[in-house]
Amino acid sequence: MATSVGGMQEKEPQFFNKLGRTTVHEGELQRHSVYTRFLHWAYGIFFFLALLTGFAIYLPFLFRWFAPAFGGPANTRMLHPWFGLGFVFFFGLQAINWWGPMKWTDTDSRWIKHLPEFLRSAESLEPEEVGMYNGGQKLQFWEIVVGSIVYLITGIVMWAGARTFGAMLVAISYILHDISALIMLFGIFFHLYQATFGQPGTIQAMTRGTVSEAWAWTHAPAWFRQMTGRDPRQALEQERKRRADRERAIEQLSRGAGQGGGKT
Amino acid sequence: MHCADPGCLAACPADGAIVKYANGIVDFQQENCIGCEFCISGCPFNIPKFNPATKKVYKCTLCSDRVGQGLEPACIKACPTGCLHFGTKEDMKLLAERRAKQLRDVSGFKDAGVYDPESVGGTHVIYVLHDAQNPELYAGLPKDPSIPFAYKAWKSIFKPLGLIAATLGFVGVVFHYVFEGPKREQPEVPPRRPEPPAGRREA
Repeated sequence: MATSVGGMQEKEPQFFNKLGRTTVHEGELQRHSVYTRFLHWAYGIFFFLALLTGFAIYLPFLFRWFAPAFGGPANTRMLHPWFGLGFVFFFGLQAINWWGPMKWTDTDSRWIKHLPEFLRSAESLEPEEVGMYNGGQKLQFWEIVVGSIVYLITGIVMWAGARTFGAMLVAISYILHDISALIMLFGIFFHLYQATFGQPGTIQAMTRGTVSEAWAWTHAPAWFRQMTGRDPRQALEQERKRRADRERAIEQLSRGAGQGGGKT
Repeated sequence: MHCADPGCLAACPADGAIVKYANGIVDFQQENCIGCEFCISGCPFNIPKFNPATKKVYKCTLCSDRVGQGLEPACIKACPTGCLHFGTKEDMKLLAERRAKQLRDVSGFKDAGVYDPESVGGTHVIYVLHDAQNPELYAGLPKDPSIPFAYKAWKSIFKPLGLIAATLGFVGVVFHYVFEGPKREQPEVPPRRPEPPAGRREA
């Protein structure tokens, strides 16, 4: 049961499951397959390569010192479109992979409305209807889908240049390419934050492929229900009770040990 | 054309690849050029040319090296009919206006005039045209050359502002962590209960 994430793993290339493995430990759930993780880090690397080379071209006034790492300004400019293509290619595969689970639903619209509460950490638990991906994650996914299409089209126009497409198209592409990059950069800060400091225990979903059950009932309750068949709120209460019982048992034991120590 | 307000320079993302000297010459520094060809799309005169061999863009330097040594550009030196002239902008404008007037008054070219388009702040290569009303006739000289908006406002104003806006995302998450802290898996360790005031504890 725990090998299927919303029924999407069956379609993935089996090659990657031979290449790597996902060990699901006790109290964990599998969140991402080897293939998904491979794609994520592939376009992640290309994203940052394109970002750094892009910075050197975007504002050399501030970021000219990025260029030497890529073999000088001319090489930086030559490499940037290739890094971009790498990003679009691997993200394109991921988009196909995630097209189904990222479909926008009413739950996601409600999630976006509750964004202020989410940001203020007003609720320690996500609403019970939130599934594998919450509205924010889906919003970012679709932003990157649209942004990648903009990148690709405007990038090709600028790559071929004014000799092929004319000065006006190049000038327009230049602005759209920049805007797309700025929006994606803005979003990526939240992505990095939520995966690491913001929600501890998240990044292992993309490294080892698993999350703890506690992570699942806290941040993706409906997905927890789907994966385990258990009620997320009840599971949390059971865990609370288990811990309380454990505390009490330890206390009793130590009290007993203390009395025993006094007698000898 | 060595414009006073060069579109190529406005479009260029590489520091020092295009330089406008105090004497008005607009020169390309090959060692700083990154070969992005944005200058080609920024130039209303279609002057910069891409060299596939060097993967860089080049154009007429107006022999800036010769001019720097007090010599005239080689094309002017070589011109056998004396139709090219070199000098200060004021002198050349006077000379050009005189020649245009001569064409109008004596030679019967009623529309003769000087091509020195104001929309790019004037150029430091100016022409006397028989038909100044239709500069397009002369190898497609634009009547009202303009630099794409993208290279004027975007580069100087919106680019830095946009970067600051994007960086607000970083500032936002840092302060979220500082003010709100992480959102942990539940159940987490409960918050510590406030201790009773020190005075009462002693009593």
